[in-house]
Amino acid sequence: MASDDIDRSTRLALYRSQIEIRLLEKRAYELFLQNLIKGTSHLSLGQEAVAAGFAVAMRPDDYTYCTYRGHSHTLARGAPMLGVLGELMGRRCGLMGGKGGSMHLTSVAHGVMGSYAIVGAHLPVAAGAAWSAQLRGSGQVSLCFFGDGTCNIGAFHEALNFAAVWKLPVIFVCENNQYMEYTPIRSVTAVEHPAADRAAAYGLERIVVDGNDADAVYRKARESIDKARGGGGPSLIEAMTYRTSGHSRADPAKYRPPGELEEWTKRDPIALYRARLLELGFEESELRAMDSAVQRAVDEATEGAKASPTPPLEVIDKDVWADGGSSWRN
Amino acid sequence: MPSWNIIQAVNDALRVEMRRDPRVVVLGEDVGKFGGVFRATLGLIEEFGADRVIDTPLAEAGIVGAAIGMAMYGLRPVPEIQFSDFIYPAFDQIVNELAKLRYRSGGQYSAPVVIRTPAGGGIKGGHYHSQSPEALFIHTPGLQVIYPSNPYDAKGLLLSAIRSDDPVIFMEPKRVYRAAKGDVPEGDYTIPIGEARVVREGRGMTVIAWGAMLHEAEQAVGQLPELDAELIDLRTLWPLDIEAVVGSVSKTGRCAIVQEAPRTCGFAAEIAALVQERCFPRLEAPIARITGWDTPFPYALENDYLPLAPRILHKLRELKDYEA
Repeated sequence: MASDDIDRSTRLALYRSQIEIRLLEKRAYELFLQNLIKGTSHLSLGQEAVAAGFAVAMRPDDYTYCTYRGHSHTLARGAPMLGVLGELMGRRCGLMGGKGGSMHLTSVAHGVMGSYAIVGAHLPVAAGAAWSAQLRGSGQVSLCFFGDGTCNIGAFHEALNFAAVWKLPVIFVCENNQYMEYTPIRSVTAVEHPAADRAAAYGLERIVVDGNDADAVYRKARESIDKARGGGGPSLIEAMTYRTSGHSRADPAKYRPPGELEEWTKRDPIALYRARLLELGFEESELRAMDSAVQRAVDEATEGAKASPTPPLEVIDKDVWADGGSSWRN
Repeated sequence: MPSWNIIQAVNDALRVEMRRDPRVVVLGEDVGKFGGVFRATLGLIEEFGADRVIDTPLAEAGIVGAAIGMAMYGLRPVPEIQFSDFIYPAFDQIVNELAKLRYRSGGQYSAPVVIRTPAGGGIKGGHYHSQSPEALFIHTPGLQVIYPSNPYDAKGLLLSAIRSDDPVIFMEPKRVYRAAKGDVPEGDYTIPIGEARVVREGRGMTVIAWGAMLHEAEQAVGQLPELDAELIDLRTLWPLDIEAVVGSVSKTGRCAIVQEAPRTCGFAAEIAALVQERCFPRLEAPIARITGWDTPFPYALENDYLPLAPRILHKLRELKDYEA
């Protein structure tokens, strides 16, 4: 077995995390087609290495802030598949009892402080969480994931400046999947790298990483997390990747130039990682066993979620106030 | 006359006005090459070019701010905010700048911007793709607020809005974006801002609604003819057609208001206050509000949250049977 800076169990964890995300999101897509998941959803197919690479490097009590494209980050932190699929399906077993749905996954017990569907909204929030960690001396690090489109909204710049001025233990991770929804990010951004090319404005290092290489992401994650935990301040990392599905469920992504999807599919993060593991001497049978175990877990979660009821009307006004209800208002 | 849905009617209104008036420009996220997330701006960039149909970065405050500047200097911008839930990053620009320009300049200038934004629930969008924030803008002096329920009104009102010299928040009911179909005249016509429409005449009670909930109210009153309800589609929320409301309630003596936004401080509350001020001696029952809940918008419980026809009907029966 070849050895380098990443040990065997970490590599297996990186592989497993990516497979979990891939297989669960494929199932989510099927459930949409069966109308068991309604509304919309935003998949991370092709972007799994970013979520896996960071989550594996995190401490259990670190914070994750992510976007409406957040199934991947929620799963990567260890939130249960049943809770994720149940929430997507609007069932009682869902992470938020069915009140949020796909775009708002939250699991505080796993450090997932929320998926935010208003672009840019969670960047200042992640900075605030980092301030709290710093003040409490807890050593926690706040990880904030967002898309390339976010780099052009005001909140991005406000949060980056906060973090840099106050040297906060926060890491801003731009998943550059090339598209701001349906529009190529390059056509609406003044610089080539919407995040990394802005780093200098906040006195931060310009960091671009191959977001389809889980090892490369993991190494950058370790480095930036160690730095933040050690009092070295924030980082801004741009991970180059590609979403191989549409922006959302209803999007066939006809706006892609010919050949682009095929080129990126050749660099599929999971295929790349699998090939690397085999090259490093991992057994094919071991990986296959892991694939099967994950598939079984996805199947079980699917059945569990299907069997779970939809939430009753009585919960509609619960959790508006600290007493758990909304007694005087409705 | 073509039968169109609301998206087609909006698209056609933009096309008609952009052909007629070279000052009109459209801007927003994905509005150009992609044609808009709901396809309301489809084909405009091909006909009018990228100088007048502008794909912007994802930045609502910037979009509205830039539109204000365009309007102050002679253009007629029609920015699209992809979902009305995304309007809040631009709230400062709308409330503090757009709404106040005429007043604070002593009438020297204004910013005739029309902000189009799909609003309301009904697509299982959850917390951030479902809200109906009309009351916030009605509460802001200086803004006109329009919320049509059907394609004919959408086109005629959008044309009036773009020609208006004061800013407009133009809310489009996405729950019935494609479902509400109807005959729409080709070419140019306008519907005056501030005129309600009596959908159905009656003497038993007045039911007031707008946007997607108009269709729910229509279904409810249609199910029970003995209510003898008069149904009013406000179409323009502000300036409110108070004469239409007062005239109807003076005749019926009973009034219900349907609103999908949360109950407290919603526009229904303001209408109720106005009705009791002006119709007090004629009222035979407390004014009924049939509304969304005072909670964030719940994903799985969407159809319980919205005041759909069965809940409206239940409340209208109570209103009919009320005796002081």
